[in-house]
Amino acid sequence: MEKKILMKGNEAIAEAAVQAGCQLYFGYPITPQTEISEYLSQRLPEVGGVFLQAESEVAAINMVYGASASGARVMTSSSGPGISLKQEGISYLTVAELPCVIVNMSRGGPGLGNIQPSQSDYFQAVKGGGHGDYKLIVLAPSSVQELITLTHRAFYLADKYRNPVEILGDGMLGQMMEPVVFTKPQFPPLPSKDWAIKGKNGRERKVVGRLTLEAQALEEVNLRLHRKYQEIQKNEVLFEAFGSPEPDLLLVGFGTTARILKTVVREGEKKGLKLGLIRPITLFPFPRDEINRLANQAGKVLVVEMNLGQMVEDVRLSVEGRVPVFFYGRTGGMIPTAETILSRVEQIVS
Amino acid sequence: MAVVFERPKTLIKKPFTYCPGCHHGLAQRIIAEVIDELGIENKTIGVGPVGCSVYIYQFLDTDFVMGAHGRAPAIATGIKRTQPDKIVFSYQGDGDIAAIGTAEILHAANRGELISSFFINNAVFGMTGGQMAPTTILKQKTTTSPKGREPKSHGFPLQLCEVLSACQGSAYLSRVALTNPKLINQAKRSIKKALLTQIEGRGFSLVEILSPCPTNWGMSPQEAVDWLEKEMIPYYPLGEIAVKEGILHA
Repeated sequence: MEKKILMKGNEAIAEAAVQAGCQLYFGYPITPQTEISEYLSQRLPEVGGVFLQAESEVAAINMVYGASASGARVMTSSSGPGISLKQEGISYLTVAELPCVIVNMSRGGPGLGNIQPSQSDYFQAVKGGGHGDYKLIVLAPSSVQELITLTHRAFYLADKYRNPVEILGDGMLGQMMEPVVFTKPQFPPLPSKDWAIKGKNGRERKVVGRLTLEAQALEEVNLRLHRKYQEIQKNEVLFEAFGSPEPDLLLVGFGTTARILKTVVREGEKKGLKLGLIRPITLFPFPRDEINRLANQAGKVLVVEMNLGQMVEDVRLSVEGRVPVFFYGRTGGMIPTAETILSRVEQIVS
Repeated sequence: MAVVFERPKTLIKKPFTYCPGCHHGLAQRIIAEVIDELGIENKTIGVGPVGCSVYIYQFLDTDFVMGAHGRAPAIATGIKRTQPDKIVFSYQGDGDIAAIGTAEILHAANRGELISSFFINNAVFGMTGGQMAPTTILKQKTTTSPKGREPKSHGFPLQLCEVLSACQGSAYLSRVALTNPKLINQAKRSIKKALLTQIEGRGFSLVEILSPCPTNWGMSPQEAVDWLEKEMIPYYPLGEIAVKEGILHA
């Protein structure tokens, strides 16, 4: 399995899910991620799993809810408009503490938008999207290879914390082909899912997702979840540092944008610019300490996104006003070019 | 001495918390009796809804999953597809199953999903205080149809069993009421047939249970039973609406 093959992003996610032990997939077609469904409709039955095309995104996420409550590894995928429909179910999954993997190969919005790549679902993924005090673990891959390793990790983290994990990609990552190697997922052992409902079978019955009408009791539930999110923030931050370790300007970008920023760092180097890049791999938990440290060292930060300024808010919260944070973004499916970003960098540095 | 009547084992030993004259408690007791008789308490998983029906998990001693409003058939689908050897049922009110959850129940039926749904139709949104439901009958006054339901503004009462009877995957559909002992016995037979339909792998099954809501109808329990028999049953006729023999997915 260690040989290098050329694979499309969406298919790589689907195969990686199967290798991570995903037994069921529920989805609804939407561009630019439908290849995930198509691949799994063929592949899951081969390994004794279940593929079911749901009547809606709403139904799909609730089928995920039922399968996860049964103790299975389960996934759904969609793009912006469909992920919006799933938000109700996502909120319920978090409070019932049901693990699952949700893939968003996001596209231009708002509304129907278009099918070009975009990062304008950052707020939706990281700040809630659904109702109530909750967090998703959000992973932001930047290459097809990373779609594989982060899909593996997503299933592990979901089970480890009994929490939904969202993989936030975009149409470009989903549609592009790159050479990849399928490595075996290797993670520490996880506790058994003794909370799963499987019929009483002679033991005390189990209930998933209780009604909590009393304010004090619900506050306790929310505080318990909050402690879990703090634990995730402490343990699971992932980022990639690239370029100069002592930069004059710190660049911050995730996913597809970070690929372009690497070109900016290399091109800047040729012009004598010392540029550093932090690429958050986990968007929640956010690598705020590392960004804060390098930002203070550099004295200036430029955040680049394929939206009109979403992650930049978390960068500003990380540096707490100590360092000026600039922003450059394209939206509606437009992809920023390295040239334009570099000229912005030169303006800021001079 | 022979025991001729006792509390079903699957009914948790605590008093029902439903309003006086409500038939949720009766319906849940009958479901518990059938689960006992079929001996399936160890492999049954219930899926709760949102609304007064949600409290079922506090009274039936089986594994339960509680989810979002109207989505129980999708959740039940996820459970059944993961655990085909289990008996999975949803228990839903009319707002849950016939308004916000219409898509989920229709497609579960159409797929012939091997689940059973028990549908409590009391012609109002109960938990929120008696608003108009899709099943509110014509001229019925509710807090959101204060002059009575009229078709021009509010459309017509939804006959869910008849709608689902158009789905090829529906193997057993029945409408029952619990207003007298004879009807209770018929209802119990229907609930058993629904679960047997699932156990035998014959397709989707649903039992609609007409139930009074004296609190929100503004009636005494006896008046509510009388109103149900006089006004609801003519529009929602009792009986088996679809019975298909054979194995759907064979």
